[in-house]
Formats: sequence, structure tokens, C-alpha cells
Amino acid sequence: MALKGNLRDFSTTQLLNLINLARKTGTLTIQARKTRSRLCFREGKLVYATLDGQDDHLAVMLQRAGKITEEQARAIQGRAEAKNDKQLGLLLINAGYVSQDDVVRSVRNYILDNVYPLFTWSEGAFQFESNVLPFEDRITIPINLENVIMEGSRRLKEWEHLQEEMPDLDVALRFADRPDVNMRDINLSVEEWRVVSFINPRNTVRQIAQYNNMSDFQIRKIVYGLLQAGLVELVRPEGAARPAPSGSAVQAPTTMRRPAVKRGVVERLIDFFQK
Amino acid sequence: MQVVKIVVTGPFSAGKTEFIQCISEIDVVSTERKISRPEERVKNQTTVAMDFGRISVADDLVLYLFGTPGQRRFDFMWEILAEGMLGFVVMLDSVRPETFREARSILDTFRAYAPVPYVVAANKQDLEDAWSPEDLRIALRIPRDVKVLPCVANNRDSVQQVLLELLFSVLELMDEEE
Repeated sequence: MALKGNLRDFSTTQLLNLINLARKTGTLTIQARKTRSRLCFREGKLVYATLDGQDDHLAVMLQRAGKITEEQARAIQGRAEAKNDKQLGLLLINAGYVSQDDVVRSVRNYILDNVYPLFTWSEGAFQFESNVLPFEDRITIPINLENVIMEGSRRLKEWEHLQEEMPDLDVALRFADRPDVNMRDINLSVEEWRVVSFINPRNTVRQIAQYNNMSDFQIRKIVYGLLQAGLVELVRPEGAARPAPSGSAVQAPTTMRRPAVKRGVVERLIDFFQK
Repeated sequence: MQVVKIVVTGPFSAGKTEFIQCISEIDVVSTERKISRPEERVKNQTTVAMDFGRISVADDLVLYLFGTPGQRRFDFMWEILAEGMLGFVVMLDSVRPETFREARSILDTFRAYAPVPYVVAANKQDLEDAWSPEDLRIALRIPRDVKVLPCVANNRDSVQQVLLELLFSVLELMDEEE
């Protein structure tokens, strides 16, 4: 099954959420004008990312993280042509130049630096190739996508985009049924935790914003991030009448009755189609 | 004569007409007019009236299939078509992600009309670029208790299976209420 399209129809945030929830393994390639990005995933976790023009040698990653100097990076690159990043990392750790933690953090930051810009891309062809994992010789670090999505959403600036994604603040929230997620492992800001503490099908998003003195923009950004990370779901507030459907010229009745069809009729229909 | 009604809805060019045409014993009642906007030029003809199909189950039982107009500007008809429906089918074009957002909007609208069962038919699953039903479920945030079914709208067996699954959902709801 193909998973391809364009970011103008399906955003980076939505893509990562899909890959996370479906626990996909493979490589996502996004091509926007002259820039190409490749993100690798293993069982729904981000493990590697590159962005055209970025030098993804381990020495460069360590130098960007401030763990080695520019001269050291050049020297390492000059001498280590025959070695892949995994072997190079072990060498540097054994030689005492860096610690294992330094390597992990540097690679992790490199990966994330290549991913966050994608959240601002509004256009670009994407394709996901299942079970394709290049960069076997690179150091891969599994990163939970919930946090990546939350941070990416925080960096999202277009107000119009948020309004389009969440036009109605008179809906309520409930926690998504995902027993594999422990809220303690999710890194949220103080404001985000405030919103989370009010999540209840009786409270509309607008009410939560009012309780916390948040603007429409602030609450939309927070709720959008929680939605895209798959942590919460939108629901109709408990006790509220059904909303009028959008686009209808006539106000819809609050409850349209179900037809008086007996069980026997439905069973006859089923028998008919099963023959 | 018992009349039962099922509505088939979904975005423009998702395959509603083909779905009904495939299983209806009469030619689908639809009216062709010239496409008026460039973005509708995906197909050569378009329906501007509702699609209507009929299946005579027995002498005393008829199933009517109503297809909603594909273009958004005809959505004022949706409420009329939804009145008295046993359930509805939301057709998705599995190869055109640019229609997913609209499909979600249509789904929310119809759910608000009536508390009847519905299924989502991921159409065009025979095409190479089709998104899988499970990926579509996640992409459109469709609840787990709603069926997302593979569909090929010009395949009679496939269409029958979608309708069967909807009918099973209707029975389940009746069982719960008893």
C-alpha cells in the first residue's frame, strides 16, 4: 500500500502522527523544491533524519554539539575514511575524547535539528517506503514521536492554519484510549499541563481557555499539539445539543429520529446480500 | 411495502455514483452537466442531482440507495437525504489525500444529523497508490468502533460487502438497545 501525497494536503504533523500510531518501520522522503529530507522510523519511533546539504558525519555532529573542536572534527574526518559512524563512535569513546552520552545526545540533536524545519513546510511531495532503512552504518537513536510532534507544533506559527484545523472551540476533549502511552513520559510545558488538568468531556475548549486566561490562539496551539500527538480526542460536550451541520441553509433539527425499522427487516436485508 | 433507505456520501469523485450503480437494479438517476470549475475536472461528467438506486429485496421490501451530490455547494440537500436513513456509507478516495479533510467534515456533518450506524468505505483499493484502510483510519481520526472497509466501487462483491457490514452494524445497535 502506498503512502504518498503532498504536504499541502497532509501536513508533516499529521504524517508523523500516522507513523507513530501505526508503529511503522521505513523511510519517509519529502521533496520540497530543491531540498530533500529523509526520515527513518522503526516501529513508530524516529531513528534518523537527514536534510539535503547537511553533513551527517558523526564528527560534524559532535562538533556542532560542542563536544569536539573544528580542528578535531577535520582531523577525524581526514583519518577515518574507512570507518563508519558506529566504529568511529566506539573509537572516540574508548580514546576518551567523548562519552557515550555525548554521542547519543549529539546524534539526537542532529536528528531533531533536521526534523523541526519540516513542520514549517507547507508544500512538498512525500512518500513512505515500508521496511526500507538506509543509513545502516549510521548511529540511530530511537526518539518518541509524541515529543517531536509537540515541539514541532509549538514551533508552528501560522494562525490561519490553526484556525482551519480547529475552527470550533465549543467542543470538549477526552484522553485518547492508548494504554501504551504514559503521560509522565510526555514532556509538556506548564501551560500544556494546565490544559491537560482540565480535560473532561464536560469542559469545552473555550471554557478551558477562559479558566486559564488563555487567548484563542494559545489554546488552539496547545490543543492542536495534543490532538496531533494522539493524546486527546475531540468530543461533543456532555449535555450539549447536537450542533447544526456546517453548510446547511436550514437549521438542522437537534435530533433526527431513527427510522422505525424492525430487526426482522434488517435480517432479511442481510440474508439477501449474503446469498 | 417496506422501504429502507441508506445514504452514500463522501467528497467529490470518491466513487459514490459507481458504488450505487454497481448494485442498483435500475440505472442510477443522475443528471450530467458541464463541469463549472477547474478543480472539478477530475472526471468527465459530474452529477448535480442526487444519485438514486434501488434494490428489490422481496415483493414487500425495497432498499433505496441515495447518493449525496459531490460538490459542496449542493450540501443543502444533505439534510433532506439524511431524513429517515437506516445508516450511511462515507466513501473515501484512497488515492487522493487532498480530499481527506473534506471527507472528515462530511462525516462529522452526517454524524450530527442522526444517531444511525455508518461505515467508511476506502474506495479505489485496487489502485497502486491507495492508502490502506488502517492508515486512513488514523489519518481521519476515525474511532476504533467504526468500520473502515476496503472497497472497489465497480466490483459488485466489494459493494455488497460494504452494505453487509453496515447492516451488521445496524443489528449490533439494535442488540445494544434491547
